[in-house]
Amino acid sequence: MFRPTLLAAALTAAFPAFAQSDLDALRAELREMKAAYEARIAALEARIQQAEAQPAAQPAPPAQPSATSGGFNPDISLILQGRYAHLDDLGHRHLAGFLPAGHDDGTPRGFSLDHTELVMSASVDPYFNGYLNLALIDEKAEIEEAWFQTTALGHGVSVKGGRFRSGLGYQNEKHPHAWDFADNNLMYRALFGEAYNHDGVQLKWVAPTDLYLALGAEAGWGDAFPGTNRNRNGAGATTLFGHLGGDVGVSSSWRAGLSWLSAKASEREGELDNTDTLFTGNSKTWLADFVWKWAPGGNARERNFSFATEYFRRAERGTLCEHDSANGGCVAATDAAYRSNQSGYYAQAVYQFMPRWRTGYRYDRLNPGTVDFGSNPLGFAPAGHKPTRHSLMLDYSPSEFSRLRLQYSKDRSMAGQNENQWFVQYIHSLGSHGAHTF
Amino acid sequence: MKRLLLFLTLWAPLAAHAALNVFACEPEWAALATEIGGDDVRVYAATTAQQDPHRIEARPSLIAQMRRADLVVCSGAELEAAWLPLLLREAGNPGVQPGRPGYFEATHFVTLRDKPASLDRAQGDVHAAGNPHIHTDPRNIARVGAALAQRMGELDPPRAAAHQRRWQAFSARWTAAIAAWEARATPLKGMPVAVQHASFSYLVAWLHLREVATLEPRPGVDPSASHLARVAAQLQADPPRAVLRAAYQSPRPADWVAQRLGVPALTLPYTVGGSARATDLFALFDETLDLLLRAAP
Repeated sequence: MFRPTLLAAALTAAFPAFAQSDLDALRAELREMKAAYEARIAALEARIQQAEAQPAAQPAPPAQPSATSGGFNPDISLILQGRYAHLDDLGHRHLAGFLPAGHDDGTPRGFSLDHTELVMSASVDPYFNGYLNLALIDEKAEIEEAWFQTTALGHGVSVKGGRFRSGLGYQNEKHPHAWDFADNNLMYRALFGEAYNHDGVQLKWVAPTDLYLALGAEAGWGDAFPGTNRNRNGAGATTLFGHLGGDVGVSSSWRAGLSWLSAKASEREGELDNTDTLFTGNSKTWLADFVWKWAPGGNARERNFSFATEYFRRAERGTLCEHDSANGGCVAATDAAYRSNQSGYYAQAVYQFMPRWRTGYRYDRLNPGTVDFGSNPLGFAPAGHKPTRHSLMLDYSPSEFSRLRLQYSKDRSMAGQNENQWFVQYIHSLGSHGAHTF
Repeated sequence: MKRLLLFLTLWAPLAAHAALNVFACEPEWAALATEIGGDDVRVYAATTAQQDPHRIEARPSLIAQMRRADLVVCSGAELEAAWLPLLLREAGNPGVQPGRPGYFEATHFVTLRDKPASLDRAQGDVHAAGNPHIHTDPRNIARVGAALAQRMGELDPPRAAAHQRRWQAFSARWTAAIAAWEARATPLKGMPVAVQHASFSYLVAWLHLREVATLEPRPGVDPSASHLARVAAQLQADPPRAVLRAAYQSPRPADWVAQRLGVPALTLPYTVGGSARATDLFALFDETLDLLLRAAP
């Protein structure tokens, strides 16, 4: 291995001025090193022999800690969705008799990319979970949800804070990729545009009973429709909800709920009868939801059926005036006492008749109800048209991570329109396994 | 704060005397927990043998049970990845969160098979940690049982001795039963079988069966008719003695291939409750052996 004499000779040749005593010291050092290395090699060889001699089969239970997905990396999933829509050329898609919830730009015709969703979640520490849902489209990245949730409070209590989908109703917490149809139902479109988000806190309690009982309360900023940003301290919107649920035999399960949302609006922009409007006042919404799911023997893999329906009533009290878009604020002398009581529902049934294939039908109906415009200086006409829509869908899921969908809708949501709509949609999810929510 | 502490100290002894609530993700772990806990536990099985454990939804009833659980016993290795995390999140029960004593994953205590060399969804619904269907080898049940008895004792110290006693008694019977099953299984050694899903990897390894084909093209992906025809054609030359499927799996693929090859399609109970006879862990393996021996040469 080492050639101390050779090295010493080389060193002597290189440094002829080296004293003999220095060379001796070097030689001694090298000898020591050689001896140390040889001893270590011998020890290693002995250990290898020992290991080989022992029986390899040793079923020692490796009680290693849980290796969830990617160690400390959060669970990440990316949802790709896009579609082809065959629609009539209607610039303005306005639910007859309802003040629009947010943007009423309508759906693009032809090919389009839906929001691409990026979802991340993980435990923060032993006390909190964190979750992020980013919706990306072109130059916009919208934070749909970004929240923490407590995990260690106990007694069935959890607190969520940040931006989150409100726990009201049934469909509200589902993102578009988890919907059973290619577009939103008319009820949620009229109520919230897409779904109701809070920037705030949620307190939820699950009862220690066999029958599922969950009660929740939320308080938030309340800038989302039907409220607006009022530049105030305190909560702009509050929500209360309760859900009951259970199983009937081994094949069926159900959930029913009642929710209430109260929001305050200040100069909320809207549009009615082609007039730009501003609404200031209170908005209170009641929702009732019911879901029934069935699968033979509770095994949803082959065949399964689900039925969901939700009903709402919304009352708004305040003033409605014409929007002075040049100067902002109300056009003088158009203030009017405004009272509306509106309602609506949807009911849908989805059946998986064989593995991979599902078909579904949805019925939407809204009732513009009674709207009192007070002295009605703008001369709004009471809405006579009740928006309805029938939708039929067929989807095919090659695996749990991909889905292709064809949908036909007969849309009578706008006064005087009777539109045939066709949608072809794909939804692909990459990354960590999605959750099977009820 | 003082009042809260007083409240807790007053309640703690009461809580300790209540029976341990066990939430078992699958029937085999429910049966094992019942063997160890006897009357000292209240066991809830979240799934039945007729349900595919991959495809469960976080139903309200499951959240309600999770809320009251003192101990969660699941297979782990991502078998319940789609629903268990959601239940844990919704139930507001800190004692059973991963990493706490109330959370028990069976796959931690055995060496897993079929660990994928690479992770890609193109390979189907693969489990990064390995094949989670460990209970089809009874020796794994013994390994998990030892750890479970220990854990149940930790969670309920006053009854730890009783749990250990029941576990020792079960373990002795179980070891004897394994020896008897292995003796009966000698004719099965090297017997070629086809399986529908990789649910029986551990059973196949234990009994030294020879798995010659899997009907699913990829784990968790249902086989198409043309794929089945290809598999049947491949197997024609050297047909297996039987086509195996679990009670919860669709009968069609296994039946079709078995009929094509002229061999029996065996519906193994797979877990406790998978057949009228498989009412406990012993009966589960008794029947599995009986069925396999019927196909033996």
